Amino acid sequence: MIKHQKPEAFYDTFERKGPGQKTTHYCPGCGHGTVHKLIGEALSDFDIADKAVFLAPVGCGVFIYYYFNSASIQCAHGRAPATGTAIKRVHDDSIVISYQGDGDLGGIGASEIVHAANRGENLTVIFINNAIYGMTGGQMAPTTLLGQKTKTTPFGRDKDIDGMPLRISELLNTMEAPVFIERTTLGTPKGVMNTRKAIRKAIQNQKDKKGFSFVEILAPCPINWKMTPVDARKWLRENLEKFYEVKNFRDKDGEKQSGKYPWMENAELLELLDIVKEKDKQTTRKTIKNGEEKVKIAGFGGQGIMSVGVLLSNCAIKKGMESTWLPSYGPEMRGGTANASVVIAEEQIGTPVVDYPDTLITMTIPALNTFEKNVNPGGLIIVNSSLINRKVQRDDVNVYYVPATELANKVGLTATAAVIMLGIYAQIKGIIDTDILKLILPQSLSKAKYVEINLKAIDAAEEYYKNNPL
Amino acid sequence: MKRLMKGNDAIVHGALLGGATHFFGYPITPASEVAHAAAYYFTKSGRHFLQAESEVSAINMLFGAGAAGARVMTASSSPGIALMSEGISYIAGSQVPCVIVNVQRAGPGLGNIWPEQGDYNMVVKGGGNGCYKCIVLAPNSAQEMADCSYKAFGLADKYRVPVFILSDAYIGQMMEAVSFPTRVKEAKRNDWAIYADGKSRKSWVKSILMNQNQQQEYNILLQNIYKEIEDNEQDSENYHTEDAEIVLSAFGICSRICLTVVRELRKEGIKIGLFRPKTLFPFPNRELNKAVDNAKKMIVVELNNGQMSADIQLGIKNRIPVINCNWYGGYVPTVNEVIEKIKKDI
Repeated sequence: MIKHQKPEAFYDTFERKGPGQKTTHYCPGCGHGTVHKLIGEALSDFDIADKAVFLAPVGCGVFIYYYFNSASIQCAHGRAPATGTAIKRVHDDSIVISYQGDGDLGGIGASEIVHAANRGENLTVIFINNAIYGMTGGQMAPTTLLGQKTKTTPFGRDKDIDGMPLRISELLNTMEAPVFIERTTLGTPKGVMNTRKAIRKAIQNQKDKKGFSFVEILAPCPINWKMTPVDARKWLRENLEKFYEVKNFRDKDGEKQSGKYPWMENAELLELLDIVKEKDKQTTRKTIKNGEEKVKIAGFGGQGIMSVGVLLSNCAIKKGMESTWLPSYGPEMRGGTANASVVIAEEQIGTPVVDYPDTLITMTIPALNTFEKNVNPGGLIIVNSSLINRKVQRDDVNVYYVPATELANKVGLTATAAVIMLGIYAQIKGIIDTDILKLILPQSLSKAKYVEINLKAIDAAEEYYKNNPL
Repeated sequence: MKRLMKGNDAIVHGALLGGATHFFGYPITPASEVAHAAAYYFTKSGRHFLQAESEVSAINMLFGAGAAGARVMTASSSPGIALMSEGISYIAGSQVPCVIVNVQRAGPGLGNIWPEQGDYNMVVKGGGNGCYKCIVLAPNSAQEMADCSYKAFGLADKYRVPVFILSDAYIGQMMEAVSFPTRVKEAKRNDWAIYADGKSRKSWVKSILMNQNQQQEYNILLQNIYKEIEDNEQDSENYHTEDAEIVLSAFGICSRICLTVVRELRKEGIKIGLFRPKTLFPFPNRELNKAVDNAKKMIVVELNNGQMSADIQLGIKNRIPVINCNWYGGYVPTVNEVIEKIKKDI
């Protein structure tokens, strides 16, 4: 004698409407109960209910966790495939089942399902298509048929107003990644048997780490269709199955890998992040006059303005001072105006924005025009005289003209002009020196092949300043 | 050892040291460097980085990973955070820990990529639906960006709440010297989370309670947690407030500007100080009230329409006048402009 009993994956009683209940909250003739049963059986037969994580949708299936004796997350409307994506990345061996309806998956969650499928996430998605919104009381779904009357299409779904019913399986079938896509029906006993097979396959695929598996199930909703359960099955067969072809779209092999790089233990991680226990070395240096030096480096994008600012900041930190670097770009990455604010100080720095610089390093005429007036009286302006053919008009500041671009060209790389300017600055102000510049420069440059020529540029700045001191 | 680093990079280093294993994000200026650094370091270290298809998806990935017991984070900027609001409400409503970085830009709408602090209300007061709160940390330096992300995961786990790091375009983009702890933290197993094993089979992560009484009880439980956070986690910093007759208050980039303002005005003999909240929820009311004990006036400097000022006024119960000093649209005032405005008021 065959003894029928509830699969272990189900709870004995369903607490949704109070303790001791044996029936579900679903309406008479609803398709959810059938599908729940098929999933529960599969989990028990495969002995994976321990590992199963249900993604409860927003819709009638929201109470799924009252039925399955497995972990579950009640997801935001339509977002279950995103939430499931993350669970798989935390627990690779979990069996994540996203159980979604046509509004949840085909409407609000269309983006999430498309991208999860396209990534080939190793998930099992069960998509209940009953062509109507159940939970909210019978409104139009993305899959509602043309002419079908719902609460929000009282005159029937109109192609020109509401658009065509959405064929989700066909849509997902345009992608390369999914391994299994099938549309089944609950319209006939045979359809139920095929649904059972498809669900088992979609779960087995996940267990075997094959990738994205999707089962669309045409299901009745007698209450919202305003039919008896028997009439609803008939309508399903005669209408839904006509528009939504019941078939297997895809059943292929696959392998979903969980990550390229192996897990790094703590010591390795610290090494990757370049975190060393070494203490900061104390170096001898001058204290900064007034405790703070505000530098503005300005020119065009692509002249190395930003990098030279970072280099200056780096040198200051290595010398044991505080420093901030703040970039300011025009809308273009190259060719537009660019300036960097660098503050160097003995103690905690307040604002990192340099509005009134103590030193202005200018590479272009527009830069000089913009910032000349802002330099603090008694401050310093260093002018790249190769590119700026006018004199500084202020007479209350120190000015140093250096043909930086010419010198850079002699060194062999025009782009070293900014480094030459910084070399000059170091020698005039003495807050950082050219020795620390040479020490830090190789660490500060992202391209090793330019180190040597930039070091030569600093030599050129030293030689030029020796011959032309301020 | 100190090294020069952008706040947005420091956040990622701090997070990995703080035990973060998962990062889900979507690019947006001026927060993108966080995603850039995370894409490299999370992936290379065998943790997980994924660029989601949208901010909406990213936050729901945080929901999944957090529910699965992982230390998870994202970073975005103002309009992106607005998009995440639904998810944040679900996460808070389901008591799932996670860390969210907001490198604020100017709004409303698309606005621009310059710093603003217009998201104070959205982040501190909620933003999504329902009566929830997130812990909100307000760093004002690259070092604090690292410190905040290092400790944020522990806070999130302890109280089972989302933790925000509310930064801005300047704090994110600025480079400063940063030093890091050398101990890597790790997540412990949580009895409520989902580990896809027999022991966690009964775990339900949910924000739905159909019965009004149950939902009310649950809300009260949440409020009690927020009360506990208010009792334990207030953090702030004082600068020259002991004898101050005028107390400035500011957070984020504004607090750095105000630090210089206080130094300048002190040179002129004006008794002025600065009170800087380091946590915005919980708001540091205890220290705020001490800081204004001798003050005649408060001036709140913000890159918004006085959103924190409202909390200051509540916090001191309007004992002294509070004057708002506001800038908008990504405009960051110079020290002199702030001084000018303050002098008009005193």
